[in-house]
Amino acid sequence: MHRIRLDSDTDFDGWRKAARELVLADVAPADVTWTVAGDEPELFDAAEFAPSAPTPAAPDRESPTSPFPTFNVPARFVELAQTAILHRDPQRFAYLYQLLWRLRANPELMQVATDPDVARLQTMAKAVRRDEHKMHAFVRFREIGREPKSRYVAWFEPEHHIVAAAAPFFARRFADMEWSILTPDACAHWDGHKIAITPGVAKAMAPSEDRLEETWLTYYASIFNPARLKTKAMRAEMPKKYWRNLPEAALIRPLIEHAERKAHAMVAAEATAPKKPQRQELPMIRTEHTGDTLEALRDEARDCRACDLWKDATQTVFGEGPQRARVMLVGEQPGDKEDLAGHPFVGPAGQMLDRALAEAGIDRAETYVTNAVKHFKFVPRGKIRLHQKPSTSEIKACRPWYERELATIKPLLVVAMGATAAQSVLGKITPINKNRGHLIDRDDGPPVLVTVHPSYLLRLPDADARQREYARFVDDIKLVATHLKKAHAA
Amino acid sequence: MDVQRKLAILADAAKYDASCASSGTEQRDSRDGRGLGSTAPGMGICHSYAPDGRCISLLKVLLTNACAYDCLYCVNRASSNVPRARFTVDEVVQLTLDFYRRNYIEGLFLSSGIIRSADYTMEQIVHVAQTLREQHHFRGYIHLKTIPEADDALIAKAGRYADRLSINIEVPEETSLAALAPEKNVRAIRRTMGRLRLKLDEATEAKVEARKAPSRAKPPRFAPAGQSTQMIVGADAATDQTILNTSANLYGSYNLKRVYYSAFSPIPDSSRALPLAAPPLIREHRLYQADWLMRFYGFDAQEIIDPAAGMLSLEMDPKLAWALRNRERFPLDVNRASREDLLRVPGFGRKAVDRIIDTRRHSAIRAADLAKLHIPRNKALPFIVLPDHRPPPHLLDGAQLVERFRPKAQQLGFGF
Ligand code: SF4
Repeated sequence: MHRIRLDSDTDFDGWRKAARELVLADVAPADVTWTVAGDEPELFDAAEFAPSAPTPAAPDRESPTSPFPTFNVPARFVELAQTAILHRDPQRFAYLYQLLWRLRANPELMQVATDPDVARLQTMAKAVRRDEHKMHAFVRFREIGREPKSRYVAWFEPEHHIVAAAAPFFARRFADMEWSILTPDACAHWDGHKIAITPGVAKAMAPSEDRLEETWLTYYASIFNPARLKTKAMRAEMPKKYWRNLPEAALIRPLIEHAERKAHAMVAAEATAPKKPQRQELPMIRTEHTGDTLEALRDEARDCRACDLWKDATQTVFGEGPQRARVMLVGEQPGDKEDLAGHPFVGPAGQMLDRALAEAGIDRAETYVTNAVKHFKFVPRGKIRLHQKPSTSEIKACRPWYERELATIKPLLVVAMGATAAQSVLGKITPINKNRGHLIDRDDGPPVLVTVHPSYLLRLPDADARQREYARFVDDIKLVATHLKKAHAA
Repeated sequence: MDVQRKLAILADAAKYDASCASSGTEQRDSRDGRGLGSTAPGMGICHSYAPDGRCISLLKVLLTNACAYDCLYCVNRASSNVPRARFTVDEVVQLTLDFYRRNYIEGLFLSSGIIRSADYTMEQIVHVAQTLREQHHFRGYIHLKTIPEADDALIAKAGRYADRLSINIEVPEETSLAALAPEKNVRAIRRTMGRLRLKLDEATEAKVEARKAPSRAKPPRFAPAGQSTQMIVGADAATDQTILNTSANLYGSYNLKRVYYSAFSPIPDSSRALPLAAPPLIREHRLYQADWLMRFYGFDAQEIIDPAAGMLSLEMDPKLAWALRNRERFPLDVNRASREDLLRVPGFGRKAVDRIIDTRRHSAIRAADLAKLHIPRNKALPFIVLPDHRPPPHLLDGAQLVERFRPKAQQLGFGF
């Protein structure tokens, strides 16, 4: 029988060193007992605890050239062992050794969550991590003295041997305070520079009050909603074993006792008559239009509900540009970016349009840019929104806005980009390819040029096609420039 | 009025807001010795729990509960008879620091009634955060409520100091907002969310750029923990399906970190237009579960709820209810099924699915292993096949399966 005596309850290095030697010496788990210094029952004398076999026949490990054989364990095991060793179960060293022993033959064992040894240690590690997390949460410092010379001291009763492991959290968080956390097992102290761990003390060593505690209790009582008592949920997260060191826990019972009564009273209380709700008529599109200004139009369109698209979209994206613009560019509908920003053609398609306009010798600032449909139509798919084509009825519902924009601006020329735009501008489904490349004269308005929508260019998969189509798009736009020149000359 | 009395009023006024988390921000600490506080990426810490089961992570208060608006569901509305109070900026700052030093909280969640104007109110809120960060080098968590339509520069400033910004959508449908909160405008709320999203996207892009060219100046910070919102449940007639559709839309449109659901609970001096009943806590719980299914389990807002009902089942969790409606997809062979399919088995959590996928490469999973994977047997067994288990064919087809999961009639006790 090998008896291994570790320096302390959290002596991971000691355990690791001993365990490695034992594995290499082929000592079966059943032949090892583990103890911690100071924990041995007194009736045994020290002699009995001497290792019953000499340390494995190993060459001197201190020598740097030592050929001491070693074996690798998965990083996952080391992580698990470092945590599980903090568990209070006296068998933890043995459980860990047992798993280590088996890992030598089966290095993939760590991935088998259903293995009983793995599962047991995972459960222990989980308990340790939870206790550590609860210590981070439930330590309550009490102030001794007053700023700037105050010190903060807390009393905590951890379930496992976690004080040293939990202390760095407090050092990072309260770096500019001098603090101590006292526990029955060990105490952690911070002086502004380093953490010191000292032996455990009695609760009486810790301060029993703080000038702010009453204020904290006031907060705790006020933030609680008596109409929604859910004490099971509370206890699952804040188990009773922690209550005795949480000042606010003293309030739990009285708060619960009063809650039902209070909630009852609230429900039974006479309700106050509501003020008359201000009925708002749903604004619709006015169809008679005389002497609109763009600003007035834009304001009115903000609340348009002529079709259902306003519901899911962020806002109406109305046209933009000078009221005296000579060209009106009509796109299909705003996209994701436009919907968020509230401006037409600000996304990637807008940049494409800017480039083509510049190349054709047209200043975008001189044009009026709008869309056939003023709200973004989409379906949400997780974190993105998939663009949807507007239906004919939506195009029709939105057309009055286009008509009023047209009547207000009176441009020399309209450019309809994409099928939706062409349908709205020309009042009927109009295939692009057959109709592009020339101006379509209209009896009741300025001539219309149809072309593709710039986002069509963005969607083309191969670079050659993209270049070709872009050039064609620029050629179309150049017709606009030519027409404007002619109109100017006339 | 002393600070403690104000705290009692202004914490009480804030308790109907469900957002509490201090999660998802960047990592910070105060090891340079110049300031106070730290945050961890991922989960924040809940420092206490109230008897309503809710976590206390942040000092959640209003700057003032005086409000010019008259939203019927709100305890702070102009026509309410509650006592009013107002903190000074310094009072909130000092309270936050004092509470933080005692390890009561992770930081501050500050909101306010609308006073004077959106900009004035927002300015006050931002001022608190600015003082905490700049004068006291406070590194803890700060969540600020954004006032709709506040000036863009103020919003940018808020994002510089806050970890999270939020703006409450309030109710799932515009029509009820018009009836319940006449001064509030769903368009304005959405526009502000849209602006936040654009700023969040910009900050993310700037961060990516900065990683590529580390020599350049640090990109401006904007709310690293993103934005969230809250919806009140049960104050209007909206169905669960409407609520989930609204959530799915909000997640997709504004990339929200969280939608919080808050069961409408009766407020003192309540309006007759609202249900004077115990808050629908189970419904709220089911909505959180359904929300979880959308965000982490690949469910679509449209498939979670029985289309005929429009409401989530109160008797069983939404995944179980879904499985019972889609029995043709079961039983599933746990040792072969895809990750996506495993995530749809009742009782299978994400961690359990991870462990299953790891484990089954090395050894087959058997019925006895379910306990070690922390999977509730009764819930899962009818839907799965294991080497030593196959549900009897009549079970999945029969009507008793639903019965088996119906809870026995019981009074909802306090369990104390
Ligand atoms: S898409 Fe057009 S018609 Fe439909 S709501 Fe929006 S602005 Fe009105």
